[in-house]
Amino acid sequence: MPMTITEKILAAHSEKEVLSPGDLVQVKVDMALANDITAPIAIKVFGEIGRESVFHRDKVALVADHFVPNKDIASAEQVRIARDFARRHKITHYYEGGDVGIEHVLLPEKGLVLPGQVVIGADSHTCTYGGLGAFSTGVGSTDLGVIMATGEIWLKAPPTIRVNYEGRLNPFVGGKDLILHLIGMIGVEGALYSALEFGGAVIEAMPMYQRLTMANMAIEAGGKNGIVEPDEITKAFVKERGPEAEAGAVYYRSDPDAVYERVITVNVSDFGPQVAFPHSPANIRDISESGTVLLDQVFIGSCTNGSLEDLRDAASVLKGHRAARDIRLIVIPGSPRIYMEAIREGIIETFMEAGAVIGPPCCGPCLGGHMGILASGERALATTNRNFIGRMGHPESEVYLGNPFVAAASAVLGRIGAPGEL
Amino acid sequence: MLAEGRIWKFGDDIDTDLIIPARFLNVSEASALARNCFADLRPDFAASVRSGDILVAGNNFGCGSSREHAPLAIKAAGIAVIIARSFARIFYRNAFNIGLPLIESAEASEGLAEGEKSRVDLSAGTILRISDGARFTAKPVPDFMAGIIRAGGLVPYTIERIKAGS
Repeated sequence: MPMTITEKILAAHSEKEVLSPGDLVQVKVDMALANDITAPIAIKVFGEIGRESVFHRDKVALVADHFVPNKDIASAEQVRIARDFARRHKITHYYEGGDVGIEHVLLPEKGLVLPGQVVIGADSHTCTYGGLGAFSTGVGSTDLGVIMATGEIWLKAPPTIRVNYEGRLNPFVGGKDLILHLIGMIGVEGALYSALEFGGAVIEAMPMYQRLTMANMAIEAGGKNGIVEPDEITKAFVKERGPEAEAGAVYYRSDPDAVYERVITVNVSDFGPQVAFPHSPANIRDISESGTVLLDQVFIGSCTNGSLEDLRDAASVLKGHRAARDIRLIVIPGSPRIYMEAIREGIIETFMEAGAVIGPPCCGPCLGGHMGILASGERALATTNRNFIGRMGHPESEVYLGNPFVAAASAVLGRIGAPGEL
Repeated sequence: MLAEGRIWKFGDDIDTDLIIPARFLNVSEASALARNCFADLRPDFAASVRSGDILVAGNNFGCGSSREHAPLAIKAAGIAVIIARSFARIFYRNAFNIGLPLIESAEASEGLAEGEKSRVDLSAGTILRISDGARFTAKPVPDFMAGIIRAGGLVPYTIERIKAGS
């Protein structure tokens, strides 16, 4: 029976040989992760189940990336719960302090999530790893606590929506724009409970960091997972992670006659950079139709666009420019390694010469945690994934989503604009 | 399982940032979370909601982050059941996992109004408006999910499974 890549990965991790959408299966988990917000509840659940040890100390990752460096006493207590648990159970992959990066940037960078794996995380953007050709999805803390105890999760095999991107990319258009455009087309529940499989000539030529960005935002369309079939670009990425990663990767592809719930074709020649207007990631406009939107803050970073390549993209626009007088420009590299490399390449210098504040690797202001909270009436353009009411601060603030090129140009212009306007 | 209470009516795409804004996520105790449930959207909610009340919403309730703090806050505030036209995926799992039942009913989502007293029969999948006896039907809760609710949530369900040696 023909299967999609999502069905093949789930089948390979269950007792079934073939899977169809709707089948309920117990699935073995290759990597389970939680952060400083979601881990404490998962740890409590783990305690209630009463198992002595976690199912595998190398297959649990705890990443304190949300409210760190600890922003207040309550947050510090949450991190301590995670740290104590990690010590007690000798969790190999515990990250805090100078080791920490944004979970969905850090884990692929370290080769801890690989093609063909099942990765389940207590964070909705766990779907990011689909960019590598893994099945990955977000759950809550109780599911995660059960996985830490048993190594398994129940899942319903999702139907798959195949999205083929064809045509020729316009300047300053990349993965972020392709996923925003799609969410604008199908809506915030357009892929509810479904897998979103990205393909077509444009995806086949797309670098890994942009594939990760696309899969990252599958959840914003309600999707269970986003996924890209692995290819030579994937294999090159895995090779850079070392021989252990290469040995662990399994490369699945959808069968040519796999059954899809729906097939969508997007012609990328038709649009420029995309901007999501408040207060929904589906409220999409082309940059050319965004009008005059004055800004108070620009944020470049997050699990969506916090990679080294994203920073390079932004710096290429900012080079030789300065952020407008009234703009707070905040840049947060996604991991310590990215931060270091950005220093070596002179990217951080470019940002600082442009007037940017550089934050330590963490989620930062994306979820209104800290390091760049908005006051009432303030507007920000961010390279993040959500622009819900109050997402980055005051409920009367506004968040606009865009790609790193647009963010850099907007910082200089003091309003939403394209690099071509500089 | 029966629930009876007043309706709290919400619209479409109520995201988890609206249910419990991130600034309140530096704690994980359900009672503390409940105090800030819908803090920005319905500041009167946490103080006025009574145990057994029913939340009614439109499409895609609970979209956004995976924070289990969202259903925990709603449950601890006193809400006995949520009725919506549809639920976001992670919220759906989370709610059942912590023993907060959800039912999907387009007709109840449209027909019920703020403040109306209603009774929900989860096993029968029916909703009754007390004032005029109007009945609404819901999509039956899938057997597997009903099993989790019967066990009291995913934790007791898992303990049973471990004991059974599966």
